[in-house]
Amino acid sequence: MTGYNFAYLDEQTKRMIRRAILKAVAIPGHQIPFGSREMPLPYGWGTGGIQLTAAVLGPDDGLKVIDQGADDTTNAVSIRRFFARTAGVTTTTHTADATIIQTRHRIPELKLTDKQIIVYQVPQPEPLSKLESSRAETRRMHGLAEYGLMHVRLYEDITRFGHVSISYDYPVMVGGRYLMSPSPIPAFDNPKMHMMPALQLFGAGREQRIYAIPPYTTVESLDFDDHPFRTTRAPHACGLCGAADSYLDEVVTDDRGGRLYVCSDTDHCETRRTAGHTGTESPPVDAPAEQAA
Amino acid sequence: MTDDTLLSARGLNLRFGNIPALIDVDADLWPGEVLAIVGESGSGKTTLLQVLSGRVAPQSGVVWYRDPEGRLLDVHAMPAPALRALHRSDWGFVHQNPRDNLRMGVTAGGNVGERLMAQGSRHYGRIRAEAIDWLKQVEIDGARVDDLPRVFSGGMLQRLQIARTLVTHPRLVFMDEPTGGLDVSVQARLLDLIRSLVRRLNIAAVLVTHDLAVARLLANRIMVMQRGVVVEAGLTDQVLDDPQHAYTQLLVSSVLSA
Repeated sequence: MTGYNFAYLDEQTKRMIRRAILKAVAIPGHQIPFGSREMPLPYGWGTGGIQLTAAVLGPDDGLKVIDQGADDTTNAVSIRRFFARTAGVTTTTHTADATIIQTRHRIPELKLTDKQIIVYQVPQPEPLSKLESSRAETRRMHGLAEYGLMHVRLYEDITRFGHVSISYDYPVMVGGRYLMSPSPIPAFDNPKMHMMPALQLFGAGREQRIYAIPPYTTVESLDFDDHPFRTTRAPHACGLCGAADSYLDEVVTDDRGGRLYVCSDTDHCETRRTAGHTGTESPPVDAPAEQAA
Repeated sequence: MTDDTLLSARGLNLRFGNIPALIDVDADLWPGEVLAIVGESGSGKTTLLQVLSGRVAPQSGVVWYRDPEGRLLDVHAMPAPALRALHRSDWGFVHQNPRDNLRMGVTAGGNVGERLMAQGSRHYGRIRAEAIDWLKQVEIDGARVDDLPRVFSGGMLQRLQIARTLVTHPRLVFMDEPTGGLDVSVQARLLDLIRSLVRRLNIAAVLVTHDLAVARLLANRIMVMQRGVVVEAGLTDQVLDDPQHAYTQLLVSSVLSA
């Protein structure tokens, strides 16, 4: 596309972001401020993630963008097309084929490799934000590794509900040092961050922060000895591919209480169906609906 | 300063603009001892407490603290992380207004357990058991461990604050008017509680108060301040029964006897 620099951002801005990324990788989990730019999409739609992607994207990269695990939602489609037009990179929906995956709210079910980078869109990078309103104070708490307050929150949860009720954006300790918000991914995805071979980058556009987890870094979800961290998922198998271990979306199908549970990771579900897996709600083979699709 | 002095201050000076808050103040505190700082408002009592606890730096002078290993630490030359660690473990601070210290949106148990969790305690059941134990020690029903502080009365809030402060067994507690703003009967009960806890746990305390009766009840020694100067210091009974300085005499004679 003419009139734009490769991947939209000018080279000086990319250098600035790359410097922030290098810093972030050097101090795993530590939030690095950066000069976030105006992007042609609103705050909250992934301005931080899109700037990170633009800064690390090369002409040979394959880009995948997911929103809530799906490749076909508005946000994912728009960002994918944005980079197809401004950078001319190939885009894909297949997790295995992508070298850069920009994501909102999910980590793909397929295990990522050391050839891949995953970019998270982050609305609120400060894990202590709900507990301590002063950013000067939270910076001090990070500096001194004073994270007792976060455990007070978990204590309160167990006291009120009998278990930790945080189901997404579950706080983690990175490299045994920094408390970090994993972005609003479900707690179900937290264990995938631990010792992940892929580089994980986090961008918060409105809050102007970048942070990172280098490959093979420990990521521990906070818990108590007698209330260990546990992941939860809907107690069903995917209606389309039969997967019993993936994270599920609940889809209301009619107004008579009909429910369909499907994999939130659409690529995972499709790959399984192509491989011949079926679920209870799969259309029968050779049915007219199947031919139309 | 002797070998076992817990806290020792020498030559503290601090001015706020033209106003002298502290002029050449010396102070010593031994383990298990309660030192009361009395004087009228504006005499520099609270400033002295802030300086002794390392929260405000003096313009000159030094504050020494002897840690459990016997090392002398210069409170104002310590790195910030070490000072904060000290405030979390060895020291405690009881504010006049318990709302300044408590987290009002967190249950009583969470409030008491916070210092334990800050020290690395990671067992929910034990933290909770300890919280209940401490609530009982400050005469709050253990069944109220899951209540929010906002449903507590003023006296209970102050006792909750004391439980929260003492849960990590500090050696030294700073108290700023702990009975201020409470009615007289609640004050009496609270004083009784503080006295028994301090004696039983062998806690040293620096107590700021304008109430001579509080000082007489709790303190072993007393320092009388006026306009930033310590005008008289000594054993509590000695100072209150036989005041030497004109200002102390005025202070003692101004107390209404019921």
